[in-house]
Amino acid sequence: MIDIAVVDYGMGNLRSVSKALEHVAPTKNIVVTSSHQDILDAERVVFPGQGAMPDCMRELESRGLRDAILKAAATKPFLGICIGLQLLFQHSEEGNADGLGILSGKVKRFAAEAMHDSEGNKLKVPHMGWNQVYQKQAHSMWKDIPDGERFYYVHSYYVQPDDASLIAGVTEYPATFTGAIAYKNIFAVQFHPEKSQHAGLQLLSNFVQWNGNS
Amino acid sequence: MLAKRIIPCLDVTDGRVVKGVNFLELRDAGDPVEIARRYDEQGADELTFLDITASSDNRGLILHIIEEVASQVFIPLTVGGGVREVEDVRRLLNAGADKVSINTSAVVNPQLVADASDRYGSQCIVVAIDAKQVGVDDLGQPKWEVFTHGGRKETGLDAVEWARKMVSLGAGELLVTSMDRDGTKIGFNLGLNKAISDAVDVPIIASGGVGNLQHLVDGVKLGGADAVLAASIFHYGEYTVREAKEYMRAHGIEVRL
Repeated sequence: MIDIAVVDYGMGNLRSVSKALEHVAPTKNIVVTSSHQDILDAERVVFPGQGAMPDCMRELESRGLRDAILKAAATKPFLGICIGLQLLFQHSEEGNADGLGILSGKVKRFAAEAMHDSEGNKLKVPHMGWNQVYQKQAHSMWKDIPDGERFYYVHSYYVQPDDASLIAGVTEYPATFTGAIAYKNIFAVQFHPEKSQHAGLQLLSNFVQWNGNS
Repeated sequence: MLAKRIIPCLDVTDGRVVKGVNFLELRDAGDPVEIARRYDEQGADELTFLDITASSDNRGLILHIIEEVASQVFIPLTVGGGVREVEDVRRLLNAGADKVSINTSAVVNPQLVADASDRYGSQCIVVAIDAKQVGVDDLGQPKWEVFTHGGRKETGLDAVEWARKMVSLGAGELLVTSMDRDGTKIGFNLGLNKAISDAVDVPIIASGGVGNLQHLVDGVKLGGADAVLAASIFHYGEYTVREAKEYMRAHGIEVRL
């Protein structure tokens, strides 16, 4: 019995994600896997990812994982992280790539001309470091995490869902962008809980206990 | 608001943390895993490990250290030293590094930066630039040159131009070390940091020369740094990371506390 499958499609640092999950759930069977069957069998699925979206889609397809991801995202507690959030949407400006299209909306790049703070200082892209996440809805995944808590981000693109009611958390850089979305059994975050110390471990711990309802 | 980061730096050789002055005269500072845990508890935003001997027989040692740290410390880890090929990047990421810092090899083979960022994403490729002032230009502005091989070899490359080139090839962050200041405790080279920060869009980590907490504030406010890196002031217990953050906050800098 697999408790948690961490989807391995060759992109990014999966060791960090699995180590953090092992830390919060030492008794659970956690596997890093690129097996279609493991993803279908697992009680819950973590869908991480780093790198460029077109490469991520290509790697997913070449491993034949699209169907397993679609099924898992439709049926069981499912946590997307970073590119694993972006891939859920229809289309990305990055490499003009199509995503999985599970959710309606697009992935956009931080607009270079708008990257200044209120004092006129240049804001860098990638958006890298610890920023505040403001919770937009009550959700089991936010249990014991204060509103406005800081999480670690590193990204140049963010998602813009067509349905704003999916937005579970937002961050400002300098405009407000989507930091987390919630849809049925899916929760997905742009930041990296596995690298966000206490707050991140709390979120992962919440995921391990989440029944898949908000 | 995005917080400015404090990054303790652990120079590692033969499995121990050491610290030198102007890249020389190494002094033992302790066990890397123990030190990493301590800084994590104090609220460090990231940790950087530099494998400063990085000979092939030493390579396995740093991988083992990173594996051990990564299973206990859940903040971003950057590892550098002796990264020569894309395969080295892969091994460090698999050991638990989140970012890999490339220095000498970027000068010897700039294509490595492009290949590594294509494969693993710009977000995990840091280019480290060791620079030293080599004079002034016709307008009296300082000129900085890139050095490699732990500061022993001059390259003839202008540091600001080099920074632009590295970002265009895919570097997602730059670690800028002033060799004139490293270990001297007289403060960052603010002119160098500001010149590079203004020249590129990616975040800049200022490094080299921190001796007190005001130097960290100056690095951000005057040097345009997005993150500040320091070693000695933390290793020998002069200040905790938390004290540094409280000082920065008291001086109007956004930090994670």
